[in-house]
Amino acid sequence: MGMPTLTIDGKLVEFTPGQTILEVAKANGINIPTLCHLKDTTPTGACRICLVEVKGARTLVASCAMPAGNGMEVKTDTETVHVSRRLNVELLLASGNHNCLTCEKNGSCKLQSLAYAYGITDIRFKGQTQQYPAETENPLIIRDFSRCILCGRCVQACNEIQVNRAIGYGYRGAKSKIVTTGDRPYQDSDCVFCGQCVEVCPVGALTEKKAVGLGRPWETAKVRTTCPYCGVGCQMDLHVKDGKVVKVTAADGQSNKERLCVKGRFGYDFIDSPERLTTPLIKGEDGRFQEASWDEALTLVAKKFKAIKKEHGADALAGLTSARATNEENYLFQKLFRAGVGTNNVDHCARL
Amino acid sequence: MAGLAASFGSGAMTNSIQEMEQCQVALVIGSNTTENHPVIGTVLRRAVQRGGAKIIVADPRRIGLVEDAALWVRQRPGTDLALINAMIHVILKEGLQDQAFIDERTENFEALKESVRKYASAKAEKITGIPAADIEAAARLYATAERAAIFYAMGITQHVTGTDNVKALANLAMVCGHLGKPGSGVNPLRGQNNVQGACDMGGLPGDLPGYQKVANKEVLKRFKEQWNAKKLPSAPGLTLMEIMDAAHKGSIKGLFILGENPMVSDPDTGHVEKALERLDFLVVADIFLTETAALADVVLPGACWAEKEGTFTNTERRVQRVRKAVEAPGQARADWELLNDLGQRLGLDWNYKEPKKIFKEIAEVTPAYAGISHERLDSLGSLQWPCPDKKHPGTPILHTKAFTRGKGLFHVLEHQEPVERADARYPFTLTTGRNLYHYHTRTMTGRSVGLNDLAPTCKVEINPADAARLGVNNGELVQVSSRRGKIVASACVIDRVAPGVVFLPFHYADAAANMLTIGALDPVAKIPEFKVCAVQLKKVA
Ligand code: SF4
Ligand code: SF4
Ligand code: SF4
Repeated sequence: MGMPTLTIDGKLVEFTPGQTILEVAKANGINIPTLCHLKDTTPTGACRICLVEVKGARTLVASCAMPAGNGMEVKTDTETVHVSRRLNVELLLASGNHNCLTCEKNGSCKLQSLAYAYGITDIRFKGQTQQYPAETENPLIIRDFSRCILCGRCVQACNEIQVNRAIGYGYRGAKSKIVTTGDRPYQDSDCVFCGQCVEVCPVGALTEKKAVGLGRPWETAKVRTTCPYCGVGCQMDLHVKDGKVVKVTAADGQSNKERLCVKGRFGYDFIDSPERLTTPLIKGEDGRFQEASWDEALTLVAKKFKAIKKEHGADALAGLTSARATNEENYLFQKLFRAGVGTNNVDHCARL
Repeated sequence: MAGLAASFGSGAMTNSIQEMEQCQVALVIGSNTTENHPVIGTVLRRAVQRGGAKIIVADPRRIGLVEDAALWVRQRPGTDLALINAMIHVILKEGLQDQAFIDERTENFEALKESVRKYASAKAEKITGIPAADIEAAARLYATAERAAIFYAMGITQHVTGTDNVKALANLAMVCGHLGKPGSGVNPLRGQNNVQGACDMGGLPGDLPGYQKVANKEVLKRFKEQWNAKKLPSAPGLTLMEIMDAAHKGSIKGLFILGENPMVSDPDTGHVEKALERLDFLVVADIFLTETAALADVVLPGACWAEKEGTFTNTERRVQRVRKAVEAPGQARADWELLNDLGQRLGLDWNYKEPKKIFKEIAEVTPAYAGISHERLDSLGSLQWPCPDKKHPGTPILHTKAFTRGKGLFHVLEHQEPVERADARYPFTLTTGRNLYHYHTRTMTGRSVGLNDLAPTCKVEINPADAARLGVNNGELVQVSSRRGKIVASACVIDRVAPGVVFLPFHYADAAANMLTIGALDPVAKIPEFKVCAVQLKKVA
């Protein structure tokens, strides 16, 4: 039996049962804009931006939530579709404080780019007044409810990607708000500060507190690397501006699939700690450290090692290598001790 | 490491992280996954939420994953082996084993069968404190699943019986044939980012890169040629704890510590400090003046991970790139650069200019890494070893057709009581571990805004019943003392720990849990018994 098919913008395409219209479109190079859609989670159809026309349906349908059906006729590029999408963008823009100039998300905001794509130059509807003050107490994440468009991505991310189950929809109607249990601030809730909600928020409602004011997206360069903490080896992007890491975001690595934990996401500012060692130190007779040049320090180490080896043998020396150093460094370290010093007294602290 | 290598021929995680979303049963033992390997915690939780997987948690503490578990068994600290043997006993008694797998792929089964007879669940209940019915339920759940995986971490290995505990888990998996297929296996979760890599690269006293033994003449001869070395030592060297003991006794005179902080991370801190002070010469390379670096004669400033190129190997044998994003401060330099310069001063003909070139040499001498290069990693993102040639896609699952050592080997293992048990003077059992917000000895997380604010001080977890008896309230200061030392920590009164058990994170230098722990070693892996020791508690007036 052949694969089921449907027509999308006049093109006959095959699909796998279970795929949504959105997935079928994407697989065939047809772009349907989305806002609330979040990969690997249950679709909610909340934002109504991914609307398409399906022949026979009474209204436009949310393509992210609608399973593809054999013989369906789908249109993604009609006047009705565009008018509705545009209207929905306008309503979202009117729903709160969307002044881009003062927003941390300026330049990487999905609502901003949709407004731009739909040529919206002016806000037609009168916005409601701000009803919940921003939450700024915890050290890591700012929750600015005035910018929240209630798309629910953060809820999906927290409950289905990280499965921390810390947030959900609260209150009703115009009072709707994303809340923790008991509507407490993050730091007094089940939140574990993985930051996945920040990662997926399409607008400026959730932002990294430590990164505020440190760089616009177009000013920073991203460097892909591996997390320096636990053995999961999450892939991450370091956002660099003027020689400084200003933010960390998750990358789609094979082990982490765009997830990070609190350490990987927020544990980066030790890099710029004023306590970093910046010069070799040699302990003087008085037991105090004195700054030294690399040449002095390494020459002293080599001299001492040679003297100990001469007097007591190579096995009077030992080296502890590091589970934090790179493979290349671990390799050189053991080679140094085996080939250079002449001992197998090499270990590291993985046993611990 | 040593345990799995003895059973299977390879000490590494048998399966891969993301495939675990498809497992049906996960036995999580001695791993507080959601705090110590949070992203693996998310995979397990998604397996439950999306795939209806069932989790069995075996842990003395009510860890986060208990919420998601189909079954939680709370063993008395240090009795894991009795629990595992009892599970095997149930499986064999009820005929739930995979006899075909046992017959074709393993050896020494009869001896195992005989040895677990002693571990009837009623008897194991007395040792472990777990109701016999729960032991049986756990055994059935694990054995009858089609895809069942075991996860373990320090809670299993940091005991005098650590190596045996791991072999016992290998026995369990082999009895049920839960190996060599997706969503199964025996999966150690490595604590530090590059523990796997440090071992792979020969950061072990008996192993050259790729676990090639120094004691093997053929191997040594080949390395002599490849390294162009006149001679190489063939006698296995000392392990970390033996090095500390030897330093204490005076037979180790000079020590180089690269980026580690044994003053906080090692057991019986008082002993470590004396050992380091007795050295004639101590060199420490690190990014901060740690407690250990402060004792050094020479301190070398290192570059941190964001300031250098290289690779790390994660817990699932996945080699991934580390890339330079910023410059190191002042004169700080990457470890590979300073090692190169030191090598030259020690008379080696070294001239390493780039990590990429060092990696090329690693691939030449390490069969499992032979097909990996920075270039391939840059285009593919990652590769899992073994990756024997430049076309090889890497190996997500080990032991699919045969074990690395050929047949899987069953081991006969007996329960042993922890070295130190609670008694009248030290009536509490202390176990140690990590918390979510910190990493190791806090040299990095302690200096990161936010992380330190969320977990700034050391807290000792005490069961409410014990706290009431001691008259201690949440947040009050308590003195925790063992035969080796004492610390003060604030009380966290919570039923996460059982009555009679207390828990301390080991991150904090000012309240170093390892002042209290024991240096007693597992005879094979030489891992100290961090997890269990006896302590007394006193409210600080
Ligand atoms: S906080 Fe962001 S992600 Fe969450 S509902 Fe509001 S706009 Fe959507
Ligand atoms: S930081 Fe993580 S745990 Fe906290 S609300 Fe966001 S997604 Fe949930
Ligand atoms: S982000 Fe968290 S889970 Fe991922 S590697 Fe880093 S410490 Fe581990």
